[in-house]
Amino acid sequence: MNRLRVKTPWSAHAARGWLFLLPLMLTTIVIIVVPTLATAAFSLTDWSGFGEASFIGLENFRQLARDAGFLQSLKHAVIWTAIFLTVPIFMGLLGAVLLSLAGPLQTFFKLVYFIPVTLASVINAHIWRSLYDPFRGVGAVLAGLGVSFLENIAFLGEKHLALYAVAWVDVWRWWGFLVVVFLAAMQAINPELYDSARVDGASAWGEFRHVTLPGIRVTLLFVVLITIVGSLNVFDYVYILTQGGPAGATEVPVTLLYKSAFQKFEAGYAAAIGTTMSFLSGLVLVGYLLLQRMGWEE
Amino acid sequence: MTVSASPAVANHKWTLRRALLVYIPLVVLAMIAVGPLLVLFFNSLKGGQEIMRDPLGLPDTPQLANYAQAWQRGKFMTTMRNSAMLTTGSVLGVCAISGLAAYALSRLRVRGANGVVTYLFLATTAPAPLYVIPLFFMWTRLGQINSLSGLIVIYWGILSPFGTLLLRSFMLSLPPELEDAARVDGAGELRVLLQIILPLSWPGFVVVGLITALGSWNEFFFANTFIHSQGLKPVTTSFLAFQHQHSTDWELTSAASVITVLPIVALFLMFQRRFISGMIAGGLKG
Repeated sequence: MNRLRVKTPWSAHAARGWLFLLPLMLTTIVIIVVPTLATAAFSLTDWSGFGEASFIGLENFRQLARDAGFLQSLKHAVIWTAIFLTVPIFMGLLGAVLLSLAGPLQTFFKLVYFIPVTLASVINAHIWRSLYDPFRGVGAVLAGLGVSFLENIAFLGEKHLALYAVAWVDVWRWWGFLVVVFLAAMQAINPELYDSARVDGASAWGEFRHVTLPGIRVTLLFVVLITIVGSLNVFDYVYILTQGGPAGATEVPVTLLYKSAFQKFEAGYAAAIGTTMSFLSGLVLVGYLLLQRMGWEE
Repeated sequence: MTVSASPAVANHKWTLRRALLVYIPLVVLAMIAVGPLLVLFFNSLKGGQEIMRDPLGLPDTPQLANYAQAWQRGKFMTTMRNSAMLTTGSVLGVCAISGLAAYALSRLRVRGANGVVTYLFLATTAPAPLYVIPLFFMWTRLGQINSLSGLIVIYWGILSPFGTLLLRSFMLSLPPELEDAARVDGAGELRVLLQIILPLSWPGFVVVGLITALGSWNEFFFANTFIHSQGLKPVTTSFLAFQHQHSTDWELTSAASVITVLPIVALFLMFQRRFISGMIAGGLKG
């Protein structure tokens, strides 16, 4: 087919293309790239955020490695990651499988599961702060009905419960998103694969294990990526619900970063936390890209 | 009654089992999702004493006055205006920036286009802790703390990479013959974009606009870090302050919560299909 093409010199075309890209490149460079490089640079200084900074090499990182508070926050981030790699993914898979069998009510339930995803973190936090309340929350109501195992438990105030209580609030607004993502991936699986599995006499579990799971592995891998990166950098719900308390029981790396930078004015030290967390996130991203390269998606 | 093993009966039995096995857990999950929201809504309509007595159930007589009081005490006239300005500025800017860039990446032969796409993917996964500290001190230097426009520019930088990727894939699906005729007629690239590509890719723009609206309306981290002045706070961060002030007045904080989420929930219910497809495309962002 002979299509008409306007003859424009290559260089003029390219220049015009970059003109269209200019606003995007400018805003992302100012907001993300330059500050990212600056974070790496600050992490090597004792900068307070104001005034002079002096170069102190890797001293911040050496201090971090000995900082019990930071190591504890890392441990909390790992626990958070473990929770998010299991609970919402299980709920998401369960919801998606059920929805795929739900028939005409599928859209309705999908909508219902998705509503919490659209709500602001401060609102979700408020809802659950009320439900967790030891005097007026679910525990108190159950106790009034004679079921007392949750009575007088301040979920957000108990050192050994607070992290899980905060994590649940985030799980609650997140799992519905995974339902929808997994369902979309499942609907893209070739139905003939299910037919042949059935011919081979596969059970429902066998179908899920040998057809559904392999069929959505690309999506699953991506969800694992964003789950780990998101968990390492978790902030909103911890900051809003407990500010890292009680007594550091819910402190995570980014709440520490926030306090160091904006309350204690140790911008250099905070930048070292940011660099460390981003390095860890980067490792996860590299792992993801390697798996992609190795043809895991085919 | 004897049951013959006719297919109809087998099918019927299967349907009953399916109803139990599928719908009971579906309903349980639905209760997990909306139960807490119903409690919030009920509490927003109760009297103060009533919440003490019955914190989960239906209100006796709905107290609509709670909403008027929450609106006034929460200064929603101001905070809604701030949020509306943040959201409008973000949506317009992100659509413009992403539209221009996506056009270049999908319709013009740009040297290094693949590199740009990788760069955008990395930008969408970059965690905020990586860049927030220098950004804060840079914005302080530039006098952009406590400035809605300063925060809007930040949202442009964070949300445009996603918008560009989404619009690019949308524009790639349009047939290339469309604009060739216009180019032959001597139309410039901007005119081709505005008169030919834009009308055809508006569904893509709607998705990007919705996700940007959701992201900027609900955003907490940057709004909390960059806006401290009471009169400039958006609904999210001002709600937090309101909640701390009225920590015992659940009926007020619940009514304020409902007011805060109502615009987004309405938008979501109106455009749920596009919303969901956009969120899936956007991954974590939004």
